[in-house]
Amino acid sequence: MSDTSIPFRTRMSAGIDRFGGVMLLPVVLAFIAFVLIGQPSTWATLTIAGLAMGMMIFLMASGLSLIFGLMDVLNFGHSAFATAGAFVGATVLAWLGFWVTGGNPALNLAGLLLAIAAATIFGALAGWFFERVVIKPVYQDHLRQILITVGALIVAEELVLLIWGGAPIPVPRPAVLTGSIVFAGVSVEIYRIFAFLLGLVVYVAMYLVLNRTRLGLLIRAGVENREMVEALGFRIDRLFILVFMAGSALAAMGGAMWAGYQGLITAALGSEMMILVFIVVIIGGLGSIQGSLLGALLVGLMANYVAFLVPKMALASNMLLMMAILLWRPYGLLPAVKR
Amino acid sequence: MSAILRLEGVHTNIAQYQVLHGVSLDIPEGGVHVILGRNGAGKTTTLRTIMGLWKSRLGTIQFRGQDIAQLGTPDIARLGIAFVPENMGIFGGLTVEENMRLATHDGSFDTERLERIHAIFPAIKQFWQKPAHALSGGQKQMLAVSRAIIEKRDLILIDEPTKGLAPSIIRNMIAAFREIAEETTILLVEQNFHFAKALGQTVAVIDDGRIVHRGSMTELAEDAALQSRFLSLSLEAH
Ligand SMILES: Nc1ncnc2c1ncn2[C@@H]1O[C@H](COP(=O)(O)OP(=O)(O)OP(=O)(O)O)[C@@H](O)[C@H]1O
Ligand SMILES: [Mg+2]
Repeated sequence: MSDTSIPFRTRMSAGIDRFGGVMLLPVVLAFIAFVLIGQPSTWATLTIAGLAMGMMIFLMASGLSLIFGLMDVLNFGHSAFATAGAFVGATVLAWLGFWVTGGNPALNLAGLLLAIAAATIFGALAGWFFERVVIKPVYQDHLRQILITVGALIVAEELVLLIWGGAPIPVPRPAVLTGSIVFAGVSVEIYRIFAFLLGLVVYVAMYLVLNRTRLGLLIRAGVENREMVEALGFRIDRLFILVFMAGSALAAMGGAMWAGYQGLITAALGSEMMILVFIVVIIGGLGSIQGSLLGALLVGLMANYVAFLVPKMALASNMLLMMAILLWRPYGLLPAVKR
Repeated sequence: MSAILRLEGVHTNIAQYQVLHGVSLDIPEGGVHVILGRNGAGKTTTLRTIMGLWKSRLGTIQFRGQDIAQLGTPDIARLGIAFVPENMGIFGGLTVEENMRLATHDGSFDTERLERIHAIFPAIKQFWQKPAHALSGGQKQMLAVSRAIIEKRDLILIDEPTKGLAPSIIRNMIAAFREIAEETTILLVEQNFHFAKALGQTVAVIDDGRIVHRGSMTELAEDAALQSRFLSLSLEAH
């Protein structure tokens, strides 16, 4: 070998970085799953399901990650926004009735978009209230944040039970998004394609805001050093409330999408998702939406592959994934703050 | 000369510890004014208190006659006070350009001014599009100072800009600071007496959270007895 002075590992990782670095992980995971599963059409269906689920988790996780990264706030109540979004979305879909279930695709889509918009706006308003009342008094105090946000989560779930009752609620799915299309022998649920595309649009929008606007510049700076942002003359508290509202709105949007995906929802929807959401935030790296996207896709794929291969291991597999990644990269795959 | 900044009997607590026990300072408008003192004396705390990053418990802080002790940090900054912290406060994930852009009031540069900064610190120009975490310590220091002067400020608080810099770079910094001081007042915290002496007009020595000496720099530089009395507190070797 010519350049023995450079260790093999260094050269290898430089080579991997050239082809996308950690962004390759979902591809590697999909490849391993392909070998293990064997049947291409099953693998394709699972992969699409995993990507769709990943995007919905991304909606819920990206806000939490930004809130933690920027505000240093541990919000265990984040899942309440997903739950609320799910119920608001389901209610609006039910109200719109024939719009959603009838034969006119344009009305179908309009109904769905209205439901998602209602959930998102509700999430933003509830986020504003939550930040002012629950979070603001406990900035800088992690222990109290945990206590008060867990408390708020319980209250929120009780409120959902009070308003919508304890029985599972069916979610009408827009007729145009019902059923599957068959492509090259692989049957793909239309709703999954929609969920994936919506997640992608949100990701691109967030990416552009963060990287092409002054507001985004401020947020990225604030994630690294809040004090310095203030010393440059910016009111960080205004930035906080904006990001908190956006994060809550996204969680509600993700919850509404998840509700449509599940078809039947209970008040526990948010809390059930939250374990995965926290795993995503941790393996993605705090405060980074690229990290959230990467983590969400990994978690979504892993959940679907393992649910098929070893059903009992579905959740445990993502825990193991998180532990493995943390051993390798203690700050997550793509942390926002460069150390 | 009228005072641009006046501290009177400023007491600051950090958590339950009292760190400043009544700091009084008069910073005249224009030129470079130096705070000296040994490690842990309260220099950084003084600057952070002026900037509103720690709140004073007692005493008054006046900027151009306006009481700023109760203002929030962003409001203080908007009065025309810039802060270069001890750790430089660089946003490593942002490019050099983005770091500089954030320090402008509306996101656009005054090109003439920017060119002057590029002339003072060529590294800033050279690494303009690079992420700031890739800069060396000295280059980060230059970026931190550049950021403070990208628009005209009335007062710049700078905490130990020479820490870890090579002597040749320190010589450049002296020239740079002289240029900056022509339009701005600089309040400089320093341990490097050579640097402080080359720039400072007035000097205050702080120890244990109190000002123990105030006077002109020439007086201190020429009086060996004064130096040994106060500077043995702070800086033997420089
Ligand atoms: N975050 C903090 N928590 C508790 N005590 C602190 C904190 N920051 C500073 N102190 C204490 O306040 C005192 C003054 O610290 P300060 O940073 O102002 O000193 P300094 O003069 O800037 O020292 P140096 O030359 O080492 O930078 C020290 O005794 C220090 O231990
Ligand atoms: Mg200090």
